[in-house]
Amino acid sequence: MVLTVENLVKRYPGSDRPVLRGLSLSVGAGETVALTGESGSGKSTALHLIAGLDHLDGGEITLGGTPLSGLSDAARADLRRNRVALIFQQFNLIPSLTVDQNLSFHARLAGRDDPQWRAEIAGRLGLADLGARYPEALSGGQAQRVAIGRALALRPPLLLADEPTGNLDETTAGAVLDLMLDLVRDTGAALLLVTHSDKVAARLDRHLHLSGGVVA
Amino acid sequence: MIRAVAQALLSHWRRHPGQFATLVLGLALATALWSAVQAINAEARASYAQAAALLTPQDQPVLVPRQGDVVARGSYLALRRDGWPVSAVLDGDTRFGGVSVTVMGVDMLSSPVMPDDLGDSAPDLGPVDLLTAPGIAIVSPDTAARMQSDPDGPRLILSEQVPPGIVLTDIAVAEALLDRRGEISRLFLLPDRQGRRDWAQVAPDLQLAPSRAVSDTDTARLTDSFHLNLTAFGLLSFAVGLFIVQGTVGLAQEQRRPMLRTLRALGVPLRLLMLCLVVELAALALLAGVLGLGLGYGIAAALLPDVAATLRGLYGADAPGSLTLRAPWVLAGLGMTLAGTALASLQSLWRLAQLPLLASASPQGWARAAARSARWQALGGLALVLAGMLGTVLFDGLLAGFALLAGLLMGAALILPPVLGQVLRIGARRARTPLAQWVWADLRAQLPGLSLALMALLLALAANIGVGTMVSSFRLTFTGWLDQRLASDLYITTDSDAQTQALRDWLTPRVDGMVPIRRVETRLDGAPGRIYGVIDDPIYREHWPLLAAAPMGWDQIFDQRGVLVNEQLARRAGLGLGDPVELGAGWSLPVVGIYSDYGNPEGQAIVALDALLARHPDLPDRQLGVRVPDGTLPALMDDLRDDFGLERDAMVDQATLKAVSLRVFEKTFVVTGALNVLTLGVAGFALLTAFLTLWTMRLPQLAPVWAMGLTRAHLARLELLRSVALAALAFVLALPLGLGLAWVLLTVINVQAFGWRLPMYLFPLDWLRLGGLALLAAALAAVIPARRLSRLPPAHLLRIFADDR
Repeated sequence: MVLTVENLVKRYPGSDRPVLRGLSLSVGAGETVALTGESGSGKSTALHLIAGLDHLDGGEITLGGTPLSGLSDAARADLRRNRVALIFQQFNLIPSLTVDQNLSFHARLAGRDDPQWRAEIAGRLGLADLGARYPEALSGGQAQRVAIGRALALRPPLLLADEPTGNLDETTAGAVLDLMLDLVRDTGAALLLVTHSDKVAARLDRHLHLSGGVVA
Repeated sequence: MIRAVAQALLSHWRRHPGQFATLVLGLALATALWSAVQAINAEARASYAQAAALLTPQDQPVLVPRQGDVVARGSYLALRRDGWPVSAVLDGDTRFGGVSVTVMGVDMLSSPVMPDDLGDSAPDLGPVDLLTAPGIAIVSPDTAARMQSDPDGPRLILSEQVPPGIVLTDIAVAEALLDRRGEISRLFLLPDRQGRRDWAQVAPDLQLAPSRAVSDTDTARLTDSFHLNLTAFGLLSFAVGLFIVQGTVGLAQEQRRPMLRTLRALGVPLRLLMLCLVVELAALALLAGVLGLGLGYGIAAALLPDVAATLRGLYGADAPGSLTLRAPWVLAGLGMTLAGTALASLQSLWRLAQLPLLASASPQGWARAAARSARWQALGGLALVLAGMLGTVLFDGLLAGFALLAGLLMGAALILPPVLGQVLRIGARRARTPLAQWVWADLRAQLPGLSLALMALLLALAANIGVGTMVSSFRLTFTGWLDQRLASDLYITTDSDAQTQALRDWLTPRVDGMVPIRRVETRLDGAPGRIYGVIDDPIYREHWPLLAAAPMGWDQIFDQRGVLVNEQLARRAGLGLGDPVELGAGWSLPVVGIYSDYGNPEGQAIVALDALLARHPDLPDRQLGVRVPDGTLPALMDDLRDDFGLERDAMVDQATLKAVSLRVFEKTFVVTGALNVLTLGVAGFALLTAFLTLWTMRLPQLAPVWAMGLTRAHLARLELLRSVALAALAFVLALPLGLGLAWVLLTVINVQAFGWRLPMYLFPLDWLRLGGLALLAAALAAVIPARRLSRLPPAHLLRIFADDR
């Protein structure tokens, strides 16, 4: 398994009810899994915990055989740098870097930038002619394609995506999703995708629905 | 990884060159003003040290008389005959080549103080030239530039090793220049060999002097307070500059927060990120430091001639008119820039270190956080004001004054934003129209972002009001005092006592009255001073300005039962009416009056002329103050020139003397005025940078109002109004603060720095002018963003409403 989540508990300060109350799931190598749920059901929280962006209150997350609960901040940063790639709803590109620089950025952080592979991704994502542009000059669809390209350029074993098409119109969202799934399958990466859209979820290998802090 | 992180961090500056320039310029300006002041101080102090080293070389044993100021010639000859290698020195102050100098006469062949660079400026100089008439006078190029040439005088030889204001010459030439034939001030005891007997047995009237001559420490002591004043001004400018840096660094970090969050999400460890930010700031500080040092060097070079003139006019201390680049100054300047940047960035770095990975980023969050801390800020400000007041209890003198000033200024700066917040809240409550309500609310929303710039403006305005009030009060008092004190119409200096007597006889039937001006140079309360002898003339009773006087004070003076002292001496020695003053060995009189004596650093006493002559029978009689009937002065001066051959510079009329005194006065405050203007300029720049950096944050505020029907031109006008309104509020608060500052300067700092206390006058017209200047600066600072707004393409405003922005 690339990812195993067991009895995950997360409680926010000032709130009596935990947002996650024993969530368990697993994702195998090359598998694409959708995690859906109502607003406030804890799906984004789960994704953040899996990415090591936040601390869990109970349970365990194991990424490629490494349990997260005992890791220091630096070790979790190392994990995000090398073994997980994130795609955000708000794209989170670095506004002062060009498209090309953004595409290579994560891979360079991990010390495994492959210009050939990056060029191929840029070509397939339709970004080949946009390399010198800055994010402010991109449309929403283009910016999200750069974010996907940045994640895939790393060739991570696990890709985590939080509402990657949530900010895009239906046509653009469909096109971006097609591209992402094609590339994910070609690279053999596993994908855990958070979405509130059943239509998007239906395109993935497996569909998990989160309700009341657990998989329903 | 470090390379990628560095590229990402630095790319921010490439995309925001204006912000980069603001940060570097702010820091450079702060460094410039601070280092300019330091360069001036260092140059002057180095000059004093050089003078001290020349007058009394370190580790050089010096023999001085146990009593009096003159080494007995017999003792000198006895030491020579006994085999002691002693070298005679005669020094004293006089006018030479039209300037006041300290003449140091030495045995040019044996003295240890001879410069070794004489050959550079006078390759033809031989031993004969040193010893035969008219001899040579070695001076610094600075001093030589101020001197008038005298074809009959000693030949001027230039040397960089002689400090400004000192003439090094053969002892025989010095005797002639000082008119002190056969006198010796002290003896250098050369280390070559020993005499047959102990020198103390050969010359029991001599003793070993301390390694530094007392007169040199006087210069340092007198000028210390002046340099401290400059340093305080430099620090104020530095603080104003740091406000710019803190604002810019804070905003830059906030704008980069999404990027930093992304970097962390992509796996960059926090420690590495912080390290990169610290290195980046240090590099920026070094770059700005070098720029600032260059700028500071230029400012110092431009101001130094005026500072040198001030030091000469006010303290009689000589400083060079040109600047030398010194390594300690460069290192200290860079160190100060680094320390200042660290101080100004500490808060934003701390916030970043605490930044939650998942916190949403928004520049408005920064403003909100600042607003939340307003109450603590106000309390901190009050605490600083109270601490400043406490400082006056805990410390004495100048330190107490500066503690009070620092507490008042920094405290008021911290209190400003909460006070402005309250004023704006009241304004919003009273607003009637929706637009007015929005303007007030918008002003309040912008306050946190602008508060640092407004604090800088407040400090600069208060400093201007305070220093301006002090200088104008001083000017008013000084001119009134001059009118009163310079009661004689003509001041005459003669060549000899006999000429004075002849003049007196000639003048008696032609003038309304005349008084001799006779004085002796001595030491009063352990420092150089002068005692004047006066005759019983109505001019003193009617015109001499007294701050305190015993009943029948003048009668006691003329009956030789009392002494008048100047304010400086009274304050320094803690003298009050009735206290005895030691005027010489076994001669002391009670104080019967204290008089103001602006522009003079030294202690002074006035006694009856007969009393002075009884102690100093050889007192020269070479100066007269003459009162003449109205309209007869020009003719009288012509007659004096024709009948007595008096040169133009031997006669000074009252108007010329006043003009010269006022010119010296104005020169004294040239540096203060320049620093004042520069500080205001830095504050104006802070306001401009705040408006420019907040520009992007303004659009979400403006776009909805634009969408609801306000034109861009209308919004631009409101931007200007907003800036001017905030500056006006800052000015209103700066006024009482500035007057408080003036009060501290006049009653605490001046008394310590110059030795006199001045009355405080108010100058409302000056305030109006300064207020107008502040509003103009604020309007100018808002012109660029307002112009940008009036021409902003609608698409930019529409983006505010788009999700994909």
